[in-house]
Amino acid sequence: MADINRPLSPHLQVYRPQITSILSIIHRATGFFLAVGTLLLAWWVISAGAGPAAYSSFDWFIDGWIGRLALLGFTFSLFYHLCNGIRHLFWDIGAGFELASVSATGWLVLIVSSGLTLLSWIVGYVMRGAL
Amino acid sequence: MSMQSPLGRVRGLGSAKSGTNHWWHQRLTALALIPLTVWFAVSLVAMTGRGYDTAVNWLASPVSACLMILLIGAGFYHMKLGLQVIIEDYIHVEWQKLTLLIVMQFWSWLLGIASIMAVLWVWLGG
Repeated sequence: MADINRPLSPHLQVYRPQITSILSIIHRATGFFLAVGTLLLAWWVISAGAGPAAYSSFDWFIDGWIGRLALLGFTFSLFYHLCNGIRHLFWDIGAGFELASVSATGWLVLIVSSGLTLLSWIVGYVMRGAL
Repeated sequence: MSMQSPLGRVRGLGSAKSGTNHWWHQRLTALALIPLTVWFAVSLVAMTGRGYDTAVNWLASPVSACLMILLIGAGFYHMKLGLQVIIEDYIHVEWQKLTLLIVMQFWSWLLGIASIMAVLWVWLGG
């Protein structure tokens, strides 16, 4: 390519943050975070296959405060990416494109994904017999 | 006037030669992951940090093992498709992009297959 300094299209710092753009960025960020989180998933099942000794180090990590925090971030990312992904699927069939509904479903995604995160932790801890 | 041959038009594969495959597979795995994710998130909170026996007893049941393998399969494939887009968006030096794409795909398959084998291993009783 010739050495020409072509103008680039305006990027993030040019635009005023809006619910639509912020949620779009979070969707990609949570997607990336989930990709990193697959390491945790792999560690979990592989150590379970490897035996009690290997599993105990995973269990120790995930039950500590760093592990709990990582798991909280992971579950929120799961639910956010899930809810916003459903929003995308509706757009794919051509529904919900009006400005008002795009912004309304955006807020809905934030509320529902936070609620589902909380609910999954409550259900999870009930299943643990801790609540 | 279209420069496309009638055969090219009817195949509908476009310049990337793969048509809507990437898009369609991403949506298909997304759809499958809707119920799987809900199940997985709750199981994750409920079954980790409670010792080896709890986790293995749970994972060794046919329902858990089956859902877990489906989740890993759809999840890792969905991840591979998504990471591919991120790399293509942000890495503009050709050799770096190509290297990252190759490493990312090999890594996704390695980790995905290893995880599925681990679930099968537990399910078959170690």
